[in-house]
Amino acid sequence: MKKEDIEHLAKLSRIAVTSAEATALAEDITDILGYVSEIEEITGTHAEVKEVGLLYNVMREDETPHEGGMYTEDLLACAPERDGQYVKVKKILNNK
Amino acid sequence: MTITELRKKFIEGKYTPLNAYEEMRAVIDAKNADINAFIDVFDDAREEAMRATEQYAEKGNDTPILLGMPMAIKNNILMKGKRATASSKILEHYVAPYDATIITRLKAQGATFMGTTNLDEFAMGSSTENSAFGVTKNPIDPTRVPGGSSGGSGAAVAMGAAVVALGTDTGGSVRLPASFCGLVGYKPTYGAVSRYGLIAMGSSLDQAGTFTNSVRDAEILFENMSGKDIYDATTINSDTYPLVATKEKYRIGIPRDFLLEGMDADVLAVFNAEIEKLTALGHDVVDVSLPLMKRGLAAYYIVMPAEVSSNLARYDGVRFGLRAEGDTLLEDYMKTRAEGFGTEVKRRILLGTYVLSAGYYDAYYGKAETVRQMMRAELAEVYKNIDIIMTPTAPTPAFKIGEKSDPLSMYLADIFTVPVNLTGVPAISVPVTPVLRDDILLPVGVQYIAPHAGDARLFDFGKKVYDTPKGIT
Repeated sequence: MKKEDIEHLAKLSRIAVTSAEATALAEDITDILGYVSEIEEITGTHAEVKEVGLLYNVMREDETPHEGGMYTEDLLACAPERDGQYVKVKKILNNK
Repeated sequence: MTITELRKKFIEGKYTPLNAYEEMRAVIDAKNADINAFIDVFDDAREEAMRATEQYAEKGNDTPILLGMPMAIKNNILMKGKRATASSKILEHYVAPYDATIITRLKAQGATFMGTTNLDEFAMGSSTENSAFGVTKNPIDPTRVPGGSSGGSGAAVAMGAAVVALGTDTGGSVRLPASFCGLVGYKPTYGAVSRYGLIAMGSSLDQAGTFTNSVRDAEILFENMSGKDIYDATTINSDTYPLVATKEKYRIGIPRDFLLEGMDADVLAVFNAEIEKLTALGHDVVDVSLPLMKRGLAAYYIVMPAEVSSNLARYDGVRFGLRAEGDTLLEDYMKTRAEGFGTEVKRRILLGTYVLSAGYYDAYYGKAETVRQMMRAELAEVYKNIDIIMTPTAPTPAFKIGEKSDPLSMYLADIFTVPVNLTGVPAISVPVTPVLRDDILLPVGVQYIAPHAGDARLFDFGKKVYDTPKGIT
């Protein structure tokens, strides 16, 4: 794993990394990948498993679970920035 | 001190929940500045304790079993109106808008909440050194770690600041600190206890667990916290798994091929002495072969980071938590996550992003899930002939603060506990004979593992062997 690979992964992960951080992370992640790569020999020719855990659907009636707005204020209070009943973010589409 | 002992005193009325609160609060005020077990200490616990005291005076025995019991809660479990930081800068000022289901259930019983406890950031670690709120020290030897990630909860009970504590266990985060702090640590069957309101790390691995001074206390908490929850679709029903019976005497399997080189010689000697003890008590101890168990750690360090990278995508500085300002929305994300997350968290997010990326998914995540399936099959085969598997909880007693500096050596502390989470079975760590280090007796834990939904079997076995006058109660 090279420093450039880390910088690419960091971008995908939406985490800004400094050059020094990228160098250190490249070393750590190379070590960890080296360790976990033994997974290949463990599975051998065993058929790949596609399901993860116990899978079953959990359904409920499509109805109003609670009174509208009863949690709005509690949840909006958590937001770093708000505008009335909205969570405020920077412009998403750039029309330049 | 146990729930059972406190309960008796509370009913007699000579010693009240208010007395217990005041005594334990005094311990916190005296020791927490040094040990750093608690992130927040709750002054309103006094009112809870007073209400409990009144109820015992009025109704005595006719009260919920957990009424007035002083508890400490790991700070990745949501309590309405209290900070839920997960020991991360990104959630430093986050106040929970609702209660986790397990908190709702404990509140209904009238428990006294002493405060919230420190952890490795987002429960990622084995020592409670990686917290934005500083290192937690082991009360038994403050130069050593309490284990992690629920180290604050372990330290809180070990120093006498709570009778029991809640933690979360994704790869050993309750059992490891329990073994390092000399406590009973319990990790229920996956799905037995609701995860609603727990800050998610690895959703297919996480379970809430408990720190107690007796096996019976672990059972009491389990009985009052477990059960189907409409808010957690992965909670199981009583008929999800076949019935696991309790027995008079148990057949215990020792996976010899799992006791690896590099294990502390004293810990191995203590473990072997424990086998002798079980035999003397009339239990049948046999060797079993579980070649895949010792390789679980490799699968774990694929599955867990993969789930971490997905679960932690939600911390983007928009709806809750820290926001660091950039010039654009994308820069907001990048800066918020760069400033908010610590190094180990970033390491795991990047690793998870890598193993899930196109071209690598099959080689890593697909293979790791295959290994999990193979491990479950291996376990099912072994449980045809035995009732309970026994291993050490950790390869060593508590290590020194700062001793393990590279990530891989830290990961190896969880070698015995991780396979339990990968397969979803229940396990308990109980304190056995301590070992001497630098003139201090350090606790050692032994882990017992039952088949899926075998929680009652572990409690039955554990009470018979360990909750005896000569045992730990």
